[in-house]
Amino acid sequence: MIDLALDIATWILLLAGGLMLLITGLGLLRLPDLYTRIHAGGMADTLATAFIFFGMALQSGFTLVTAKLLMIVIFIFFTSPTASYALAQASFVAGLKPKLDGFEDEDA
Amino acid sequence: MIRTVSLFFVLLAVWLLLSGHYTPLVTGLGVFSCLLSALIAHRMDVVDHEGQPLHLGPRIIPYWGWLMAEIFKANLDVAKCILSPKSHLRPSMFTVTASQKSDLGKVIYANSITLTPGTVTVDLDGDRVLVHALTVGSAEGVKAGDMDRRVTKVMEEHL
Amino acid sequence: MSMIYAITAIAILVSIALALVRAILGPTSYDRILSANAIGTKTVLLIGVMGFMSGRPDFLDLALVYALVNFIGTLAVLKYFKFGTLRGTLSKPVDNP
Repeated sequence: MIDLALDIATWILLLAGGLMLLITGLGLLRLPDLYTRIHAGGMADTLATAFIFFGMALQSGFTLVTAKLLMIVIFIFFTSPTASYALAQASFVAGLKPKLDGFEDEDA
Repeated sequence: MIRTVSLFFVLLAVWLLLSGHYTPLVTGLGVFSCLLSALIAHRMDVVDHEGQPLHLGPRIIPYWGWLMAEIFKANLDVAKCILSPKSHLRPSMFTVTASQKSDLGKVIYANSITLTPGTVTVDLDGDRVLVHALTVGSAEGVKAGDMDRRVTKVMEEHL
Repeated sequence: MSMIYAITAIAILVSIALALVRAILGPTSYDRILSANAIGTKTVLLIGVMGFMSGRPDFLDLALVYALVNFIGTLAVLKYFKFGTLRGTLSKPVDNP
């Protein structure tokens, strides 16, 4: 009974993660400029990773495997904003201007 | 010195979690390598309050919980935006002021902004944070300053 | 149970393909770095899922190392783009011509 519930939870989490990844890929393609695409890339790094790895952690129970899964999630959560910031900062310094819809163009 | 000791225990915990082999010889080698790494780091003088933020203590845990909830909400926002860019996509760029005094506090704040999808820190200069936001909602979320207050509370810097 | 892992792996592969299209389209090199970084993250997920699918969770060690290499690689390329050299620290910009 517990196994069945865990299996169903894993199915839901992995499906949600896969859906998130597909939306991310779509976002990388159809968003208009680099800065907006960074948001799409960051989405894959956070919720999709968390969904898929937590889903797998439910299957492995209290073992070293779960600890490793959590470690990877934490590691990605710490490094992903650093990489995103470095990317945004480098392209900003290089003079790449973001496309703004004329909405509160205060500092650009 | 206390930071070197805590570095040793953190390294040891990571080693024990990743290894999975607990024979006396292998464990001994693991303890030895952790000790060596901690000593070398101590001698290189790279063990500081930024690498081992012990002073934050357990206050950061509830902040992480709150941040996870924010990330979840923001992800749905960005997903909506990707699926129908015409009606949701309103990119904007603006400056907010970080109220944290220490570098570590500013880094935690800027990284939290970037980690939340829909907002990315583009530049951090002094206490001015240049933010690029994807939608109206995410821009308002940063401007409201809720995250800023929470990070300041974690750092326990009362202004 | 391996059914759901296969479905997730296919979703990851499709997502990698979409990111690859973005890497080919460009238009700037920063878009390509973003795609490379996104593909790296998805590869970490793929290694993990494939490990569980074949019943060998030891693959997670490889996923962890891949996450490390992906992060360092992205930062190295960006540092090279920004400063024109890999020498020196990140905090002090090098005066390059």
